[in-house]
Amino acid sequence: MKKRVLAVLMAAAMVVGLTACGGGTASTDSGSASSGGSGLIKVGIINNDPNESGYRTANDKDLKATFTEANGYEASFAYSLKNDEQIAAAQKFIQDGVDYLLLSAADTSGWDSVLKDAQDAGIKVILFDRTIDASEDLYVASIVSDMAQEGQTAVDWLASQNLPEYNIIHIQGVMGSAAQQGRTGALDAKVAAESNWNIVTQQTAEWNAETAQQIVQSQIDAGASFNVIYAENDDMAKGAVAALDAANISHGVGKDVIVMGFDCNKWALQELLDGNWNYDGQCNPFQSSYIDEIIKKLEAGQTISEKVVIMTEKGFDATTITEDDVNNYGI
Amino acid sequence: MERIKQRFVISNIFRNQLFIPIAALLIIFIFNLIADPGFFKITLGYNNAGNPLLNGYLITILDYGSELAILAIGMTLVTAASGGQDISVGAAIAIAGSVILRVLCGSDSRSEELQAPIIVAFLIACVVAALFGAFNGVLVAVFKIQPMVATLILYTAGRSIAAWINNNELPIVNDVRFTYFGGLIPGIPIPVPFFIAAICVAIIFMVLKFTTLGLYTQAVGINERAAKLNGLNPVAIKILTFVILGLCVAVCGLIKTSRLSTINYSVIAKDIEMDAILAVALGGNALGGGKFNMWASILGAYVIQALTTTLYKFNVKSNALPAYKAVVVIILVVASAPIVREKAQEIVKKLRAGRVEKEVA
Amino acid sequence: MKDNAVLEMKGIDKVFPGVRALQNVDFTLCEGEIHALMGENGAGKSTLIKVLTGVYVKDGGQIFLKGHEGEVHIKSPQDAQNLGISTVYQEITLCPNLSVAENMFIGRSKSATLNWSQMNKATSEILQSLDIPATATMQLSNCSIAVQQMIAIARAVDMECKVLILDEPTSSLDDNEVAKLFKLMRDLKAKGVGIIFVTHFLDQVYEVCDKITVLRDGQLVGEYEIENLPRLELVSKMLGKEMDDLSEIKESSGETQAVKDEIPVVEVNGLYSNTGIKPFDFYINKGEVNGFTGLLGSGRSECVRAIFGADRVLGGTVKVNGKEVKIKAPIDAMKNGIGYLPEDRKVDGIIGDLSVRENILLAAQVLKGFLKPYKRSEQYKLAQEYISMLSIKTASEDTPIKSLSGGNQQKVILARWLLTHPEYLILDEPTRGIDIGTKVDIQKLVLKLAGEGMSVTFISSETDEMLRTCSRLIVMRDLNKVGELSGDDLNQTKIMSTIAGGDK
Repeated sequence: MKKRVLAVLMAAAMVVGLTACGGGTASTDSGSASSGGSGLIKVGIINNDPNESGYRTANDKDLKATFTEANGYEASFAYSLKNDEQIAAAQKFIQDGVDYLLLSAADTSGWDSVLKDAQDAGIKVILFDRTIDASEDLYVASIVSDMAQEGQTAVDWLASQNLPEYNIIHIQGVMGSAAQQGRTGALDAKVAAESNWNIVTQQTAEWNAETAQQIVQSQIDAGASFNVIYAENDDMAKGAVAALDAANISHGVGKDVIVMGFDCNKWALQELLDGNWNYDGQCNPFQSSYIDEIIKKLEAGQTISEKVVIMTEKGFDATTITEDDVNNYGI
Repeated sequence: MERIKQRFVISNIFRNQLFIPIAALLIIFIFNLIADPGFFKITLGYNNAGNPLLNGYLITILDYGSELAILAIGMTLVTAASGGQDISVGAAIAIAGSVILRVLCGSDSRSEELQAPIIVAFLIACVVAALFGAFNGVLVAVFKIQPMVATLILYTAGRSIAAWINNNELPIVNDVRFTYFGGLIPGIPIPVPFFIAAICVAIIFMVLKFTTLGLYTQAVGINERAAKLNGLNPVAIKILTFVILGLCVAVCGLIKTSRLSTINYSVIAKDIEMDAILAVALGGNALGGGKFNMWASILGAYVIQALTTTLYKFNVKSNALPAYKAVVVIILVVASAPIVREKAQEIVKKLRAGRVEKEVA
Repeated sequence: MKDNAVLEMKGIDKVFPGVRALQNVDFTLCEGEIHALMGENGAGKSTLIKVLTGVYVKDGGQIFLKGHEGEVHIKSPQDAQNLGISTVYQEITLCPNLSVAENMFIGRSKSATLNWSQMNKATSEILQSLDIPATATMQLSNCSIAVQQMIAIARAVDMECKVLILDEPTSSLDDNEVAKLFKLMRDLKAKGVGIIFVTHFLDQVYEVCDKITVLRDGQLVGEYEIENLPRLELVSKMLGKEMDDLSEIKESSGETQAVKDEIPVVEVNGLYSNTGIKPFDFYINKGEVNGFTGLLGSGRSECVRAIFGADRVLGGTVKVNGKEVKIKAPIDAMKNGIGYLPEDRKVDGIIGDLSVRENILLAAQVLKGFLKPYKRSEQYKLAQEYISMLSIKTASEDTPIKSLSGGNQQKVILARWLLTHPEYLILDEPTRGIDIGTKVDIQKLVLKLAGEGMSVTFISSETDEMLRTCSRLIVMRDLNKVGELSGDDLNQTKIMSTIAGGDK
C-alpha cells in the first residue's frame, strides 16, 4: 500500500516537473484546426525540445514564423528529445495525412520503417538541422549546417588577421559532438600546417562558461603567453573573457587578445559591436526559408536539383558588424 | 611511558578524520612543488576595472573551491542524517540562479537596470531552494525513498524548471554590483566567493556550537529508532538537513550567476553534485550516514578544487581529464577507507615495535 | 603440554588502546571435554576466543596445539580454520538461501567444479551420523534456528576440527532445542573433540560441562572441575566478591510496598496502540516498583511502549499526577517525566558510533532543547558523574558506546534516563544478555531509586528477578491484561497459573 502511494506520488512529481517546463513528451499541438481542406499545405514538424538550447529556441521560433496560415500552411508541431517519441509522433502525422513531414531527428538511426510508411502514404519528408542513417530515397531534401565549414570560415578569418605569431587557447565543446569535431578539425589542420600557429592549450570546457573561465585562469596563473582565444561557443568565450578581465588582459578589436566564439547569440554579437570580441561564427538555425522554398518548388511541379542543402553561414567580424546584423542574426 | 604516549600520538594521527584530506592536500602540493614551484606564487595585480587583486593558483583554488565548500556543508549534514546523498544540487543551483536572474531582470531579460535589490533576489532564491530541499527531504524522510532515488526527480527535471522560470531566455545582468559576489569588491584583492564561503563556514560552526544539530543529525543517522525513543523527530531532522542544503544551494546559485552575470541552464554547476559528494567522502565521512566531521568535508572540497586546478595547470589533454581525475579519486578514496587506515596504523605500530626491540638489544 | 590436551594457551596478553583486555591468561582444553569459559561481560572471554580464532593477534604468550611441534601462530581466521579450530557463533553465519549441502561445503572445495550428487550424499551421511533432523537438499532458511546451529556445528566437525568453540549457541533456542544441541555436543565429546562452551546460562553449564575456566577483568581466576565448584561459588568468583548481594535484595524487597490512597504518578485507562494490544488499565504510585510479566509476545513490552508513546497510540487516556496528558510521541512522555529503557538495547537503545558521553546526554539534551546545548565542560562533568555512579567500565567518556560490553552499554542507557531525572522510569528487560554482576547492580539500583521516590516499572523474562524487585505484577497473556498480583500472591506458582490461565 505504502509503495503504491509512493509510486503514484513519484509519477505525479515527474509529470509536474516535466509538464511545467514545456513538455519532454512528444506533445503535439495543432497549429490551426479550423482550416480543414481549404487549399492549405499540411506540414507535420518534428523537432527537438525548444528548451534544449538557445539555438533550438531560435530554430523553433523561425519555423513557427514561416509555417503560418498566411503563408499557406497548416502546421502541426511535435517536440521530443527522445527518438521513440519522435517516431510515434511521425506515425501520428502519417495517420493525420499531412503533405510534408519535417524532421530534426533526436537520433540518427531507427527511422527507416516509419519513413517508408510515409513514402507509401505519399508524404514527402524533409530533414532539417540533422541528418539520419537511412537511404537517401526516403527523403526529398536535407537542410543542414556544415560544421567543418563553420570551423574553416573562422580559421580563414583568423589567418586573414596576419598576426606574426598565433598562440591559441583552444576551448572545446563536448567531445565528439558534431559542432566540436567540425570546429576543432579546421583549427587542428591549420596549426599542423603553419609553423607560426601554436596551441597553448586545448581543453574541453563542455560548452560550460565557468569551466572555460577556469581553463583560461589556469593559463594566466601559469604565466602563459597567448594572443587568441578560440572558443567553440559563445558561453565559453564569455567565460574566457571573464578570466581575461580579472587579470587585466585587454581583448577585442586592436587589443592584446583576439576573442572568437560561435553560435551568434544576440548578446555575443553585441560584444562584437562593442569591440570586446573579434569574431563570432554563425550556426544557422534558420532553415525554414530553405524548406519553404523547396516545398514551393515541389508544389509547382519542379524537381529538386540538390538533395543535401548546406546553408550559408556567416562569420561576423567586429570591425564590420552592424546594429542590423545583431538584430537579424542574433539568436 | 613516554614511548607509549608517542605511539598513541602516531596512531591517533591515522585515526583522525582530518588526516586523509590533509595528506591528500599535501601530496598535491608536494607534487606541484617538485613539478613547478610557480604553483605557489601569488602576485598582486589589477583587473580591467583597475581594482587590485591577487593572482596565483592558490588564490584560484580558494576562489573556485568556494561553491564546493559551501555545498559540502549541506551535503555532509544530509549524508549524516539520511545516510544518502542529494544528487540534485547541480540542478537546484540552476533553479536558484534562474530565480535570482528572474527577480533582478524582471520580464525583460536585457534590462539595463536592476528590477529589484540583489538582497531581495537572493532571499527569494533562498526560499525557493529551501522549498525544493524540503521537497527532497519529504520524499526521503516521510516516504522513505532512498535519497539518491528521491533526488533523481529534481536532478532530471531541475534544469528544465530553471529554464521555464525565465521563459527559456538567458537574462544578463548589467549592474556592476552584481558581479561582486563572484568577483571582487573594489579595493579588496581577495575574491569575494572565498569570503562568502568563510561566512558560511563560520555560520555552520556557530550553528553546530550553539545548537544540538550535530548531535541530533548523527543520532538520527546512526540509529533512527533509538533517536526516536530519545524524543527526537527523525522526519523533521532529515527535512531540516535538506532545507539547510537548499540554503547552501541558493548561496552557490548567487556566486555562480554572479561570476558571469548570466546563466546557462544546461551546464551551470554541471556535475557539481559528484564533487560535493566526493568532498564528503574525502573528508572520511561515512556515506552511509552517522558520524561526521565538518572540517574534514570542507577541507575535502578544497582538495578536490586543488586537484582540478592542478590538472588544468598541467594542460592535461581535454578528453583525458576525467580519467586522470578518476584515478586520483580512486587513490584518495581507497586511502581514506577505514580498512586501509587500520593497516597503516598496524604498519606504523610494527615499525615502532621493531625499533623498540633494536633499542633494547 | 599435558598428554591429553588438544589446546594449550599460555600467558596470553592482549592490549587495546587504554585497556589491557587480557593479562597473562592460561587456558587448557583436553580431548573429549566440554569446557565452559565463564566471566562477566568485559572479563575477556570474547577477546580470548578472538585471539584463538585469529580475529585478533595476541600481543604476548604462546599457543600450542596437539600434533604441532612447538608454538603455532594464528594470524587470521583462515589460519585458525586450517589448524582445526572452528567456531559457531550465536548469530548463524551460514547462507540462508543455499541448501544444507551447499552450506556444508561452501568455501571448502579446492576444485572449481563440484560433484553435486557426491556432495549431497556426503552431507546426508554427516547429518545422519550426528542425528540432525534435516536433509541435504533442504534450503537452510527452512530449518529451525536450532537445526541451523547444528548444521553449522556439523560443518565445523566435518572439517576435522579438534577444537570447537560454541559462542552463546543457546540464547535463541527453546528448551527442547537446547536438549538436542546438548546431545550433539555429548556425541562430539565422545568422538574426542574438545569443546569450548561460552554461555550466560548457569544451568546449562552445570548440565553439560566438565570443567570451568573463570576469567575476571582480563585475568585468569582459575580452572575448576565442575563438581568442585558449586554455583554460588562460581558466581562469587565471576564477580570477585562474596555473594550475599542476592539475598540482600530479597530482604529489602519488603520495604518497597507502596502507600495506598494517593494520586498515582501515572494512570492509564483503556490505552491501546497499533501493535494489537487490547485496551488496558494501569497505574503506578510514587516510589512503587511494579512490573509486567507474561510469555514472550504476550504484550508486556507493547503496553509500556504505548505509555511512552513509542508506538502509535490509537485510544485511551494517560494521566500524570492526576492531570490528563496527550502522549503522541516519546518526547511528550519525556516532558511529563517518563523515561523508557527499551527492550532491544542494540536496535532501540544505543547510538553505536557516538561516544559514551553523547549517549548519556542524549535524552537530557533533547529535553533541554535544540538551542541550549550543554557546555562541553558540563558534558564531561555529567558523563563522569554517571560513569562513576554506575561504575561503567569504559576507557574514557569519548569511547564509542559500541565498543563497550553489553552490560556497560546497558548502564550507559540507564545513565541516560537517570540524567533526565524522571518521575517514572520504565525498564524493559534491562538485565537481558548482560552479566550477573550488572544484573544485581541494576536490581539494587531500581530499589534504591524507588526508595528515593521514583516510580519504576521493571520488566524481565526472569520471574525471580521480578519477584525480588516488584511489589505488584501485571500479568499479560495474548496481548491482554489478565491479572494483577501483589502481596502474598507474588510467588512463582501463582504467576505461572495466572499466565497459563487455568485457575478460573
